[in-house]
Amino acid sequence: MSPAGGAASLNVAIAHKDHLRASGEPLRALEDLRLTLPAGQAGAVVGPSGCGKTTLLRLIAGLDRDYVGHIALPAHGRLGMVFQEPRLLPWRSVADNIAIAAPEASSPEIAALLDDLALTEHATHFPGELSLGLARRAALARALAVKPDLLLLDEPLVSLDAALARGLRDKIAALIDEKRITTLIVTHDLAEAIALADRVFLLSPRPARIVATLDIPAPRARLTKASGLALETQAREALLRSQ
Amino acid sequence: MIRVASLAALLALWQIGAVFSDPRRLPGPLAVFETILAEAASGALFSNLAITLARVAASFALAMSLGTAIGYLMGRNRLADRLLDPWLVALLNLPALVVIVLAYVWAGLTEIAAISAVALNKLPNAVVVIREGARALDPQLQEMAEAFRFPPGARMRHLVLPQLAPYLAAATRSGLSLVWKVVLVVELLGRSNGVGFEINMAFQLFDMKLLLAYALPFVALMLGVETLLVQPLERYVARWRRGVA
Ligand SMILES: Nc1ncnc2c1ncn2[C@@H]1O[C@H](COP(=O)(O)OP(=O)(O)OP(=O)(O)O)[C@@H](O)[C@H]1O
Ligand SMILES: [Mg+2]
Repeated sequence: MSPAGGAASLNVAIAHKDHLRASGEPLRALEDLRLTLPAGQAGAVVGPSGCGKTTLLRLIAGLDRDYVGHIALPAHGRLGMVFQEPRLLPWRSVADNIAIAAPEASSPEIAALLDDLALTEHATHFPGELSLGLARRAALARALAVKPDLLLLDEPLVSLDAALARGLRDKIAALIDEKRITTLIVTHDLAEAIALADRVFLLSPRPARIVATLDIPAPRARLTKASGLALETQAREALLRSQ
Repeated sequence: MIRVASLAALLALWQIGAVFSDPRRLPGPLAVFETILAEAASGALFSNLAITLARVAASFALAMSLGTAIGYLMGRNRLADRLLDPWLVALLNLPALVVIVLAYVWAGLTEIAAISAVALNKLPNAVVVIREGARALDPQLQEMAEAFRFPPGARMRHLVLPQLAPYLAAATRSGLSLVWKVVLVVELLGRSNGVGFEINMAFQLFDMKLLLAYALPFVALMLGVETLLVQPLERYVARWRRGVA
């Protein structure tokens, strides 16, 4: 493996993935979906609702092995995952939720993480006492605490109000820049994807395949508003062409 | 407070009933209390209570641990569920008396036969309740635990047991009352000590004072176990729920 990390990229090549409907008929969720994400970069998967984004993340996470194709994870493959719902253990405090998922993390490390995400005063609260935005942040803290080689985020900003979403988006962007974890973010918001990622994958409606890949030359903090808008237009044109 | 008042009302009703009936049929609370004191002074009351309580504890522990293991297996594994379900239905519908007599016939009038017979009476109920709990485990949390590679021990402690806790509590409550009732029958039929044996003696002598002098302290004891042990434990495991007093 080269120290540059080229061999440790995330490689996904799925021929197809079918769900079984309750009626017993198969439902094709993904078809001929290929993507490559270099180590240490953030990729964003953008697609319409119900196209198969969560399905894709579950395959990459190894939670569903019933598909045709091949997935190569970054080296070691320690996984941090933020599900579409927070999925915290309701009977454990925020701090315990993190400590249980990340037994190797020391308590100063967890405290620093809680501080990073402005959760310190909620450390002893139970998830039922948190707002959705707080619970999402706690889920993010849990995923980061395991010091993942691969971070998977499923719509981390959905259903938060605009200000809160922007705050959390900037926080995630800062964490990506600081920790350089290979990250795959699922979203249906193009602007959000462009603001967070090094590379954006545009998905077709179900069955999902990649219709265009967009490399962001100056990602995150270095991205100017104008070039962000230009990229957005470029992406929309690519989506239109694919239809 | 309300519980105390309702207990006092029961006592009053008993006293009134006793006044109007033959003391040999229904002795008053005072007479029974005197008998309790006499039995306590001789030490017989405590040794019999202790023996019965030990039998309750042993058979309850046996039934709950076996029942939890089997119920969990049946709730999580479809093959096990289909294999064991007919046995479960049979055991559920077997009268307690049949189980007890069969145990005594096959294993003799021994302590092991007595405790197994009681446990066997409680077992199917524990299995049914825990199986329901195991079926209701949240698949989203299972998936989360899988993604974060929870080791089996952590999965049990932090994922499974907290979700089973209400079912364990329900099985414990219904279980304790069932077990102690069956223990008395088992003692009556095949043991030479314990509350059930003493009640049988009282019945043969038609001594209602003695009968009540054993029955009431035991009911009080089980009430104490329920309020001082089971209920606080229930509150403790449910402390994360909002709005629980
Ligand atoms: N377990 C399942 N069984 C059957 N069908 C499923 C299952 N999971 C997902 N599907 C179907 O597969 C398709 C893709 O679902 P998926 O959850 O991956 O979409 P998504 O892109 O994440 O949507 P959203 O943006 O709304 O979260 C949908 O049509 C969905 O109905
Ligand atoms: Mg989804």
